[in-house]
Amino acid sequence: MANLSVSFHGVQFGNPTVLASGVLGVTSSTWRSVVQNGAGGITTKSIWLEEHHGHPNPTMITTPYYMMNAVGLSDAGVEKASSEIASFSNEKPSPLIASIVAGTPGDFEQVAEKVAGLPVDIIEVNISCPNVESEFGRPFACVMPDAKRVTEIVKAAAKKVNPNLPVIVKLSPNVESITAIANACAEGGADGFCLINTIGPGLAINLETRMPILSNKVGGVSGPAIKPVAVKMVRDVYTATKLPIIGTGGITTGLDALEIMMAGATLVGVGSAVYYRGIDVFKKMTHEMNEWLDKNGVQNVAEIIGTVKM
Amino acid sequence: MDQDHIKKYSELPTVLKIKRIVQENPTVRTFYFDYELGSKPGQFVMLWLPGVDEIPISIAYDNGKEFALTICKVGSMTEKIFELIEGDQLGIRGPYGTYFNFKAGDKIALVAGGYGAAPLYNLAHEAVAAGCEVDFIIGARSKDNLVYIERLEVLDNVHLHIATNDGSAGFKGYTTVILADLLKEKKIDHIMSCGPEMMMKAVGKIGDDAGVNTQLSVERYMKCGFGVCGQCTLDPLGIRTCVSGPVMNNKILNMLEEFGSYHRDDVGKKQYF
Repeated sequence: MANLSVSFHGVQFGNPTVLASGVLGVTSSTWRSVVQNGAGGITTKSIWLEEHHGHPNPTMITTPYYMMNAVGLSDAGVEKASSEIASFSNEKPSPLIASIVAGTPGDFEQVAEKVAGLPVDIIEVNISCPNVESEFGRPFACVMPDAKRVTEIVKAAAKKVNPNLPVIVKLSPNVESITAIANACAEGGADGFCLINTIGPGLAINLETRMPILSNKVGGVSGPAIKPVAVKMVRDVYTATKLPIIGTGGITTGLDALEIMMAGATLVGVGSAVYYRGIDVFKKMTHEMNEWLDKNGVQNVAEIIGTVKM
Repeated sequence: MDQDHIKKYSELPTVLKIKRIVQENPTVRTFYFDYELGSKPGQFVMLWLPGVDEIPISIAYDNGKEFALTICKVGSMTEKIFELIEGDQLGIRGPYGTYFNFKAGDKIALVAGGYGAAPLYNLAHEAVAAGCEVDFIIGARSKDNLVYIERLEVLDNVHLHIATNDGSAGFKGYTTVILADLLKEKKIDHIMSCGPEMMMKAVGKIGDDAGVNTQLSVERYMKCGFGVCGQCTLDPLGIRTCVSGPVMNNKILNMLEEFGSYHRDDVGKKQYF
């Protein structure tokens, strides 16, 4: 059995699979259940300063090739998140990545300061959700100066409370140059990245009604079809910044996980695969990773990070 | 890729025309659809009103060729559904979730609170067809709130027991009193219930005390219905109502401290009963 543990900016994970933000992330009970199903770490659903309602249903559709969602970042706010995080940290079955979101830099500062004071291991700054554009305008992750400024603000706010807390930025693939955005965030003090957020937005039409299926009309595309884009962008950002990365986007099997790690990811975000393979997908994936690593004589999974020969 | 594989991994609404509408009482209607749903009693569909919302609804009838949904006018989406007429379109996804389990010939006590009568009618219908004997306990605030009585009265091997809070029909009092008496009188293999959570919590306790297998139908806010969004998970096990439920054995529910205590709203905040 290979050693699957990895270190992400000093935080130790038992294996590289982490629950991606927005999937099964509402309650601490669910986080525990996901860890019992083999996840090496958990990312919370994105935490707002105050309560934020998402879009009406339908909010999620699937096909064998992709999923599309426009949940719209529903969340009860940082106060409720505090009690969930406290409950999880009582047992602390795995590292916890707190995803935070806000509509303005000022709110980002406040939510970052509050969350940095909680027992979390990493802050993930979600500036790339494509589903709240009608409410807040173009995502910060799609505009270079915005991405840099929000990173600086969150990093400074977190540092005041917990100087060693890593701050990573979740990047959008829906940009001209993801490396330019990543470099801007790195200049702003980012300790790493999570990529990619969903692609698009896309549109799915019901034929009988001739109407969009999602109530938000458009939604972010995830799932198996977007994996090659995620792998390419992880490679690009890894090469450009050399910072640690959570690679995510359609990662469904252990071999997918190893592939995105070869591209440069240290951790692997798992979301849509919970649908395709069940909640125990984390156990299945780590088993598959082990099989490949053993067969190929690799003793530590960390050895493969960034080893693609281009 | 073959059609079966595509279908297996597709969660997309199927849009159907309403075949007929039956008015059950001033606030309850049953909508019938010609469609081979292939559901089992206790399962649910996500019902889509295009341009408005999509909500989980228990299946009230399914004979393999047509199925029905009984809907109570309680919110903005159901109000809009009540404006629809025969021939109008609604979308469904599913059927989803677990179902009530019984064997041919079992003796079953059903406890329906309010509009929980609809999915339990569906169950009674299938159970008697499988040679089961059914005691159907139905409770409501008053006579006007009772539904499905006529349909239940014509089923063979169904013994109907009515309870109303105000005594306007049947026994004046709770369904749980009738259930407790029934368990003293005869041997029952399963208790199955659908209705307000506090009633079901009491039903579960009675079932436990009598040592009878008890299956309850849990209702929680849902977004996806297929186990991904995480909105319907139950504390402290973190299991998903849409996948591990809605029908759950009371042995599991006894481990879920939120059952009979609180549920979560659309943003995940606890709302106490």
